[in-house]
Amino acid sequence: MRHRLEFTGKKLFRMGVLLLGVSLVTFLLMCASPLDPLQTNVGQTALGSMSPEQVEKLEAYWGVGIPPAQRYIGWLWDVCHGDFGTSLLYRQPVLEVVGERLANSAGLMFFAWVISGVLGLALGVAAGAFRGRWQDRLIRGYCLVITSTPAFWLAILLLLIFSVWLGWLPIGLAVPAGTDASSVTLADRLAHAVLPALTLGITGVANIALHTREKMVDVMESDYVLFARARGESARSAVLRHGLRNVILPGITLQGASVSEIIGGSVLVEQVFSYPGLGQAAVTAGLGSDMPLLLGITVITAAIVFAGNLAADLVYGAVDPRIRKGAAGR
Amino acid sequence: MEPVLQIKHLSIDFTRYERGTKRRRLTVIRDLSLEIYPGQVVAVAGASGSGKSLLAHSILDILPHNSHVEGEILYDGTLLTPERIERLRGSEIVLVPQGVSYLDPLMKVGTQLRKGKKDPGTKERYRIALNRYGLGEETEELYPFELSGGMARRVMIASASAESPRLIIADEPTPGLDAGTAGRILGHFRELADEGAGILFITHDLELASEVADRVVVFYAGETIEEARAEDFADVACLRHPYTKALWYAMPKHGFKPVQGSQPYPGQLRSGCHFAGQCETCREECLERETIPLRPYDGGRVRCLYPKEEGQV
Amino acid sequence: MKNGNRRRNAAVFLICAAVILLAVTASGILLEEAAVETDFAEKNLPPSNRALFGTDWMGRDMFARTLAGLSLSIRIGVLTAVVSGIAALLLGIAAATLGRKVDAVISWCIDLVMGIPHILLVMLVSIACGRGFAGVVAGVALSHWPSLARVIRGEVIQLRQAPYILTADKLGVSRLKIVRRHMLPHIMPQFLIGMVLLFPHAILHEAGVTFLGFGLSSEQPAIGVILSESMGYLTTGKWWLALFPGAALVLVVLLFSVAGEYIRRLADPASAHE
Repeated sequence: MRHRLEFTGKKLFRMGVLLLGVSLVTFLLMCASPLDPLQTNVGQTALGSMSPEQVEKLEAYWGVGIPPAQRYIGWLWDVCHGDFGTSLLYRQPVLEVVGERLANSAGLMFFAWVISGVLGLALGVAAGAFRGRWQDRLIRGYCLVITSTPAFWLAILLLLIFSVWLGWLPIGLAVPAGTDASSVTLADRLAHAVLPALTLGITGVANIALHTREKMVDVMESDYVLFARARGESARSAVLRHGLRNVILPGITLQGASVSEIIGGSVLVEQVFSYPGLGQAAVTAGLGSDMPLLLGITVITAAIVFAGNLAADLVYGAVDPRIRKGAAGR
Repeated sequence: MEPVLQIKHLSIDFTRYERGTKRRRLTVIRDLSLEIYPGQVVAVAGASGSGKSLLAHSILDILPHNSHVEGEILYDGTLLTPERIERLRGSEIVLVPQGVSYLDPLMKVGTQLRKGKKDPGTKERYRIALNRYGLGEETEELYPFELSGGMARRVMIASASAESPRLIIADEPTPGLDAGTAGRILGHFRELADEGAGILFITHDLELASEVADRVVVFYAGETIEEARAEDFADVACLRHPYTKALWYAMPKHGFKPVQGSQPYPGQLRSGCHFAGQCETCREECLERETIPLRPYDGGRVRCLYPKEEGQV
Repeated sequence: MKNGNRRRNAAVFLICAAVILLAVTASGILLEEAAVETDFAEKNLPPSNRALFGTDWMGRDMFARTLAGLSLSIRIGVLTAVVSGIAALLLGIAAATLGRKVDAVISWCIDLVMGIPHILLVMLVSIACGRGFAGVVAGVALSHWPSLARVIRGEVIQLRQAPYILTADKLGVSRLKIVRRHMLPHIMPQFLIGMVLLFPHAILHEAGVTFLGFGLSSEQPAIGVILSESMGYLTTGKWWLALFPGAALVLVVLLFSVAGEYIRRLADPASAHE
């Protein structure tokens, strides 16, 4: 147990340092940008017609002219006090914007994460078990096509089919346009989330299934499956008792790592469906040079990704008897 | 008495690719014949890489999918068809594999042995089997990585004996063990044979083979080159094939003289005697003949045109 | 035996794939003019014999635009994958051979880059470079090296324990020479396969980030731009604006993916038995 705690502590510390690195890199990248936030957001002509004092005020608002080191340290100081600054575009505290957007996205991402995990594992195991047969070819074909498809184009395609042609589902936004937040029903919310969630799920499955298949093929060729067969266990028992068990461990790691891909996919998919989630906010912040918001989103996203990996490591350690017992023996 | 296992002219080959897109057939075992009677231990001895394990896998019908088998395998006098072996493996015909890598690393020993059955009868049966080899109940709760090499072998012998098998195929059950432990493991096999099972003992160690077995089949480049009685190994003059003799001289107690040269790989075989490259009494005729037949000779069998001829060793 | 000679099939496929990709790239360059040519007499035409993929609201021929876009995608994909691959090779070897400190720093960088979702990182780098062509290339190249670098690092660390490397080291052969003479040839197949498998990712991320508006400028007939523009016309039933360019991109990426898979199969000695 002490060993596990030590391990967790070390990982947490490393995570903290990495997050610091992420924030610094993000900050430097945005500072290096030659794009003038005033020109992108206010516009050349509007700027020209303003008085110097007005321009100066705007420059102060967008943080132009403050030395980068001072800006970064200031930002870091505030973050340590729980303040991620104020979004320049939304004119709201960054944490509020992120919280609200994340709440919208969380359902989508969680759904896609669970579906891709469960279905990906099942398909991967099936493909590995039926290696070389038509089931395997079918599943591998599907995975290959999906991993070669841009998520946003798949989103457009689904939009075309289900919203434009069939008219079953709404075109975009998390809620019907123009309705009061209070009058939005759960059904409305679901109807708007179906397509984005479906897109994310479909893309997520492919990757997990392909990796699981590789593992499954290795397991099925292993000595212990050979011995199980020699001892009269059926092919079914070999797959379910030994295959599944040994594929789940690497599956945990995969599942932890897939968090990053799902968030990445959501950025594109939310844009297509104009779904007001975290990804869309990131794009808006990026296009509008909203430094505090983009910085906040990147750091929080990275924190979620690291947390996913850490969780996978911890679960792995708890499940794998070699690590669990090895630690107990120490 | 009828042999429990009878193999007639067994050949195994593989299709594989080499260098680019060239595909070829590779014969790993060629024209192998042997019989095992109940209560008998028959050893198949051959250098590493001579395809011995595949023999075990072909009897159990668990060869990889790119393999191709010819010849006949008879069990109890009748042909061992895929349907039949599927029913028999794990009950009447059992395998004792090489080492701990043949146990599922994520499954407790007990659960693994029971093959998913949970009834008290099964539990009792495996408990008794483990007990017989000095493994207590606590062993059932261990994971394979917690077993020592000797324990793992005993677990696997227990898994075999629990089924009250009539044919046991032991694939290199001793390497990596110290002499004492290995000796005990071999003793367990002898015991099982004395209880009436036929045992196919696959090993690379000819000395070990001659100690534990009743009959020894010597393997060279995928072929049986000699079948000898265990007692033939007491005196080199009783051995038939020059390769067996060379191996005899290579044993520590007979002078530790290394065998010159090396076995040809399955892909590089030519016609004629395959041992020709290493044989000191090789003659013209040995190379000219298409194949050298395996023939009965002096109470055993040999694949040599001029057996028992003493080379200048 | 029923499958025929798989390796020969793979080789034939690879040649065909290379020819198709080259043809697409070349024709795209030739059609660059036609891709931006407007003809208001022929706007909003659905696909027909006159315009295979239809025309858009400015009368531009979608077939020419699609090919030009694919060509652009392939060129950017190859460029970024090569840059990324070489970075991965150098950093992977450096991490494995230059001592613990260098290793710690490089591994830390790998973790850092992998912690930020790709698309977000490409966005950030692109912003730092002022968007446009340079932004996309830098963004995609900078975000794709870590996974391959990690593979190469692992491979080299394993190689370092190989007896012949240890012997060479004991014999006083210089580090650089060991890397060049003994290690590079060994990891070359792994590296090449890894790089080919980077193409699809690179192309998809380029298209994605351009679609979001951080990549190539809207004057260029990039697939991302075409699809982004098509979004405004979908509800009015102009499906061909999105369907064909996207499907064509999928086909190109698929060719790269399958080619990578086949190369891997040819180069992997363990596949001899399949």
